[in-house]
Amino acid sequence: MQIYLDAEKCQGHNRCYALAPELFDVDDYGQAVLILDGDVPAELRDKARLAASNCPEYAITITQES
Amino acid sequence: MTDTVNEKASPEPSSRFGDRDAVFGDSPEGTDVWQRVPYNPDDYGPVKDFATDFDHADRQYNPNAPEVWKELRESGCPVAHSDRYGGMWVPITHDMVHEVAYDTDHFTSRAVVPAVGRPGDLAMPAPVGGVPPISSDPPFHAMARRPLLPPFAPKQIEPWEDEVRVLCRHLLDEMGDITPGESVVDAAIDYAQNIPVNVIGRMLGFPEKDEALFRQFVHDAMERIDEEPGTQNGLDDLGKYIGEQIEDHRNNPRDDLTSYLMNVELDGNKLSDDHVGGSIILLLVAGIDTTWSAIGSSLWHLAQNPADRKRLIDDPEVMTFAIEEFLRAYAPVTMGRMVAKDHDFNGCPMKKDDWVLLPFPAANRDPKQFEDADKFIIDRKENRHAAFGLGIHRCLGSNLARLELRVAIEEFISRFPNFELAGDTRWSVGQIRGPRELPVRILAD
Repeated sequence: MQIYLDAEKCQGHNRCYALAPELFDVDDYGQAVLILDGDVPAELRDKARLAASNCPEYAITITQES
Repeated sequence: MTDTVNEKASPEPSSRFGDRDAVFGDSPEGTDVWQRVPYNPDDYGPVKDFATDFDHADRQYNPNAPEVWKELRESGCPVAHSDRYGGMWVPITHDMVHEVAYDTDHFTSRAVVPAVGRPGDLAMPAPVGGVPPISSDPPFHAMARRPLLPPFAPKQIEPWEDEVRVLCRHLLDEMGDITPGESVVDAAIDYAQNIPVNVIGRMLGFPEKDEALFRQFVHDAMERIDEEPGTQNGLDDLGKYIGEQIEDHRNNPRDDLTSYLMNVELDGNKLSDDHVGGSIILLLVAGIDTTWSAIGSSLWHLAQNPADRKRLIDDPEVMTFAIEEFLRAYAPVTMGRMVAKDHDFNGCPMKKDDWVLLPFPAANRDPKQFEDADKFIIDRKENRHAAFGLGIHRCLGSNLARLELRVAIEEFISRFPNFELAGDTRWSVGQIRGPRELPVRILAD
């Protein structure tokens, strides 16, 4: 599983950081930062889906869902 | 408090918030005066049909808003209209609310509170507006917003948790001796309304004793929208008050948000007092009745749903999802826009300067966007709610609001695991929806 964050769409709702802090951090302006490089490990896939499905701006997408 | 208007001689920044000569009728291009729109509420009376005569100040609107939205949706009316306030449109589906929120070319944020007073083109000059950045349009908006973001970013807000908790416990202590089954407390007046005003006042470095003034101001600005301009003099009082606070901070700088705003730079320049004062007004309005409403509505829900109270107590982990569901189902904030130029919006002939209401709470209950949209599901897993808006104007204080809402609920149900409604709930009037009086009877654990 790959996860993608569109920084242009992010408006800093902070839902991903609250739900999946293992995958997302926030910068000093409250903008989301993807901290994972590469494949989402199996144990974090539910959290990745949760983060994507709670972003009000549809800024997070999951690709190569296996 | 009297209804006299402050003298024009008051110094900046208060004069900009003072009275303006209003013109009656159409607002010509390039005018810098506020227009008293040709609308007299007495000519209209109570709303009979929200599809064609929408009024967010109708006393029956907020108590029944979810039913109003449902009726509009089911009758095939995705955009309500009204001749009130000089002309107003109200899209209610998630798609259309989203479309307006994203379309900053056709919809300006120059004024965001549809009321009987409407600014001329230059009265609140785009793109800055009177209370930046909520009143600002691109490209200025991003510039004005950027310095305000760091103080409200998640990691700056998290450390406030202990103080919020102490405040909530203090308010609960102040309720005095409680006899379960008998004691009635007002969860809005004795509790919810005191929390956000205290926190934002402390962040700004304003005296705690002035909380009542801030609440009066918010009431005047947000709830008395169909009354004559100039009678809401909480606005004048606050402009003067903020001017004095800015002066005090100039003489005695300290580690708070007011001093921060006075020192922060935009393109190498400090903000003008007008800009600082406008942003403070924004923080007070946006940071007081909104979260107070969310806390009140959540407790109103819990008073009637014992299973949800029990779940929160037995399974504290569910709070992460519960908070978002409270925000979705009981979103307090409807925003406003003005039509920037004549525009056909999904078949609606919108005219320049028409008002547009942006009911995020209605979008949050759109069944096309949310499964079982009118049902409160405490552990709803997929919840892209729009309680904090959509697009570039996402609520700046959302992280603080969430913290206050969570701690306020945690502390209330920890102290009072069981409670029920005890009499009539009085709901707010206007764009911010929430209980203003919420009597609840405390029951045995």
